[in-house]
Amino acid sequence: MKFTLSWLRDHLDTKASIPEIANTLTSIGLEVERVVDRAAELAPFTVAYVLSVNPHPNADRLRLCKVDAGNGEMLEVVCGAPNVRSGMKAVLARVGAVIPASGEALKKSKIRGVESIGMLCSAAELLTGEDEDGIIDLPDDAPVGASFAPVLGLDEPLFDVAVTPNRGDCLGVRGIARELAAAGLGTLRPRKIDSAAAEFPCSIPVKFDFPAEAVPAPCDMFAGRVIKGVKNVPSPPWLQNRLKAIGFRPISALVDITNYLANDLGRPLHVFDAERLRGDLTVRLAQPGERLQALNGREYVLESGMTVIGDDTGVLSLGGIVGGETSGCTDQTTTVFLECALFDPIRTAETGRALAIESESRYRFERGVDPASVIPGMEAATAMILELCGGSPSEIAVTGREPDWRRFIELRPSRVHHLGGLDLSEAQSKKLLESLGCTVNASSGVLNVAVPSWRRDLEIEADLVEEALRLTGLDKIPAVSLPRDGGLPKPILTVRQMRAMTIRRTLASRRMIEAVTWSFVSDSEARLYGGGNVRLRLVNPISSDLVVMRPCVLPHLVGAASKNAARGFSDIALFEIGPAYADDTPEGQLLVAAGIRAGNVGPRHWARRPRPVDAFDVKADVMVALSVAGVPLKALQFTREAPSWYHPGRSSVVRLPDGTMVARWGELHPKVIAAQEAPTPIVAFEIFLDALPEGKKKTGRSSFKPSPYQSVERDFAFLVDEAVPAEAVAKAAESADRSLITSVSVFDAYAGKGIPAGKKSLAISVRLEPPDRTLTEEEIEAVTKRIIANVEKATGGTLRT
Amino acid sequence: MDNLDALKSELMEAVKAAADLEALEAARLAALGKKGRLSELMKGLGALEAEERREAGFALNLLKDQISDAIEERKRELSDAAIEARLATETIDVTLPHRPDAEGKVHPISQTIDEVSAILGEMGFAVAEGPDIEDDFHNFTALNIPPNHPARQMHDTFYLPRDRAGEIKLLRTHTSPVQIRTMQNVAPPLRIIAPGRTYRCDSDMTHTPMFHQVEGLVVDKSTHMGHLKGCLIDFCRAYFEVDDLPLRFRASFFPFTEPSAEVDIGCSRKGGELRIGAGEDWLEILGCGMVHPKVLEACGIDSSEYQGFAFGVGVERLAMLKYGIPDLRTFFEADVRWLRHYGFPPLDIPSLVFGAMR
Repeated sequence: MKFTLSWLRDHLDTKASIPEIANTLTSIGLEVERVVDRAAELAPFTVAYVLSVNPHPNADRLRLCKVDAGNGEMLEVVCGAPNVRSGMKAVLARVGAVIPASGEALKKSKIRGVESIGMLCSAAELLTGEDEDGIIDLPDDAPVGASFAPVLGLDEPLFDVAVTPNRGDCLGVRGIARELAAAGLGTLRPRKIDSAAAEFPCSIPVKFDFPAEAVPAPCDMFAGRVIKGVKNVPSPPWLQNRLKAIGFRPISALVDITNYLANDLGRPLHVFDAERLRGDLTVRLAQPGERLQALNGREYVLESGMTVIGDDTGVLSLGGIVGGETSGCTDQTTTVFLECALFDPIRTAETGRALAIESESRYRFERGVDPASVIPGMEAATAMILELCGGSPSEIAVTGREPDWRRFIELRPSRVHHLGGLDLSEAQSKKLLESLGCTVNASSGVLNVAVPSWRRDLEIEADLVEEALRLTGLDKIPAVSLPRDGGLPKPILTVRQMRAMTIRRTLASRRMIEAVTWSFVSDSEARLYGGGNVRLRLVNPISSDLVVMRPCVLPHLVGAASKNAARGFSDIALFEIGPAYADDTPEGQLLVAAGIRAGNVGPRHWARRPRPVDAFDVKADVMVALSVAGVPLKALQFTREAPSWYHPGRSSVVRLPDGTMVARWGELHPKVIAAQEAPTPIVAFEIFLDALPEGKKKTGRSSFKPSPYQSVERDFAFLVDEAVPAEAVAKAAESADRSLITSVSVFDAYAGKGIPAGKKSLAISVRLEPPDRTLTEEEIEAVTKRIIANVEKATGGTLRT
Repeated sequence: MDNLDALKSELMEAVKAAADLEALEAARLAALGKKGRLSELMKGLGALEAEERREAGFALNLLKDQISDAIEERKRELSDAAIEARLATETIDVTLPHRPDAEGKVHPISQTIDEVSAILGEMGFAVAEGPDIEDDFHNFTALNIPPNHPARQMHDTFYLPRDRAGEIKLLRTHTSPVQIRTMQNVAPPLRIIAPGRTYRCDSDMTHTPMFHQVEGLVVDKSTHMGHLKGCLIDFCRAYFEVDDLPLRFRASFFPFTEPSAEVDIGCSRKGGELRIGAGEDWLEILGCGMVHPKVLEACGIDSSEYQGFAFGVGVERLAMLKYGIPDLRTFFEADVRWLRHYGFPPLDIPSLVFGAMR
């Protein structure tokens, strides 16, 4: 919403400065996005009278102009504009003036050998318009020597205000003035609109034809009036200037008047050329496929449910949105049919959205136009038309009626403090509400507030509290620190949240870098990682790379590995803790900690050779993460059944003893690597935080009982079949004596030279810690034998000697 | 015994002159060995008169001790010299690089959420969560944004196909639906914050289709707009670590709060550099207000008894302002150079009491 200072002053009697006005508007909820004040910038440009125009001796297209710059000062100026003529008034820039378009000061110069002391300016050079071919042609009465900007109304500060969608009443300058007056920045000037004396009955009947199910009514009220004998002349300069200042192109008086009143009163209107209408007018819903050649130059194919005004020839306009070319006013219009109506906000919004039409009228109707403004709006427009275009008005023909907008809200004065935290007396609240146009009656400690017609947004007590607060200023509310229950804060994270945080910082401690990547992936990425649920595909994606909710957290991490490798960083360890989506339900959203490691572990170093990453790097990530999340590691089961994006032989699913999958890890599948052009080697893991067991809260530790007796460590190497898992060997050894054996670790795995084909050697180290005695050689010997026997029995292996 | 002094200096001389342990042993044997000079003299004591023997014995024993001490002393000297000689040959080039450990980093979004949680946690807010894929009710209707309300145009919503029950599905445009889910399931009094991913179909220099918000909600019987101001003033000052940071509350409109306000923090742009703190300019930082009674009622909470406030703030915006990160889009590019530059060491766990609010 834009307006100039003088326009505001038409409605508001105020002495407030521009910053005061801007700050107050912003403070009360009408955020001033900018104030443009061009007075200073345009001040050096003055009105000059062109005395004579003569040909330039050395150039066909240039002229030598003698201009009167005021105070008897005569200047010679070279000008190339086609429209320069003697006797015109033009805008003169003297040497030294900074030209707004270029930002540079004008210099005295010789143009084709002739000295030019100054320049006659075009609108484009001064950034006051787009016309760059001709110089500005000022009205004849412009005062020579004076600054030109006031002549065109360009010296005025322009306010640009962001109006929130609830405040349709502030989409007119008068509404803004009312707000400022209520906030104490002046008084609202009374405004009286006289009813024009009707000279004949309205000759164009209007009827409503809506289906019964169209609720609420597409149009509540439609007022029409014929004005005969008008002359659709150009608008007077003051009107053109105001419209130009807020970015409108003046067209003709009739059209300009509707645009002006939309911005002045927030009241959209429409003018038809009455002689171009055929038969009665009907306000109805469109038939699918009906067409409208609109005034914005575009043709629209309408859908059912759109409100139109039609005559015998078809659709004339889209009610509350845009008029039609065939019935619009032209320079030749002599009889005008003026429309002032109330269209349903929701239907107007739907139609406007469906057809993608942004118009001043739609903007206002969908935010709610004052329901009591139909007749006053009609009279205001009539008065302006009669003044600017002449003519004689008919009676006003009204179809439908003004909806009952009267609303009463009770305000308990204490609520201003209880809800708003501001101490305001009953009288103060009453006065503020009255300044907004409310009628307030106090009875038995309650204010009964009758809301004015234009405040459709005031519905409940809290709305009135807000009015009192914002007009007083939110800065007047004393700030109170939030009181805390009890002395100390309680833990604020759930177990799952705490785990996510711990795993995040643990993985980062493991030298991984956390990334945050899009929740959506491309179709092809989704397919690579097991996706394809049609219910997870966006209806309105923003790009083909981001179309479907990711089935897995890995695709963007692998993609990032490729992109970073392309930049020369191929040794990379990235992780992300974020969502993966199995379906569109809340339960289908999984929290996953996923990571990739690619290239080498560590950079090249003089003392340590880099090692390519392998699956056991990510197994370590998984195990450490699960461990810090409180998952007992001993009972985890590892099976080679990871999904298609992993290497089938070098990957694993990790399950709890009850079968719940808690993680997956391994090398990526070569096809995935190829499809994403990922660097190699590359390994990945996924940990499913929702699947982790709740875990028992345990603060105390079991008591520490170190054995005072000598512990013993014995190493064994077994020759086993290649397929035998290392874990089977370790578990068999462990079962030899659970009270003595405290740990078994696999410290070597070897196949190749010296080992028969199809076999491998696994070496374990077994630690014996006797709790109550020092072991004798015989006891150690006995356990050793049992270990060997157990392993050989369980795995079919043999002890290597 | 007159030549005992001469003997002493002779033996001592031999000990001192020993150049290594071998020579020292030879000197020891020459003096104290079975056939050593002193041992020989000791043997001769038996032939003396008692009085004389005692005197000579005393002198010889004294000399023996002195020689032993000297040998020990010499031994230490020789061994120290040997160590020093060895160490003198053992040097490393201390300018060679240490074994490199790649550095892990926490993403600024995670760090910022942890910081916000640490501050608001001190005020008694617990962290709540909800799904990214929402329905129309939780994202709009329950928040007093009925279908076709112009406010829905403020949200550029990503839609998914309707679910099996015919319900409209969408990506949440704000974290406010978490308010709704919490109020539906937990009886007041409530203090929660809801950090998380949010989505709008918008993409340009200052918008990304995905971003993060933290939503705050308080519901009880007495919390009013003064508390809202206090809470946000305390929060912003702690987060930006500017004790006198000015805040400006401006009236505004959100369908789900009444009264509503937008909040600016003071800043200065002098010299082309943005500095958060008292200055000549303001920066919009968050939106807030008192929970609209219709929102409470939509969640089954009696609005004649309960009231409270809600606020929402963009996580990336907080991070950008505090850490001087210029471009929103870079947050999601997973460029390791950016992540190393703007990321945080894993042990920088935010805490008000330990002052680790980097």
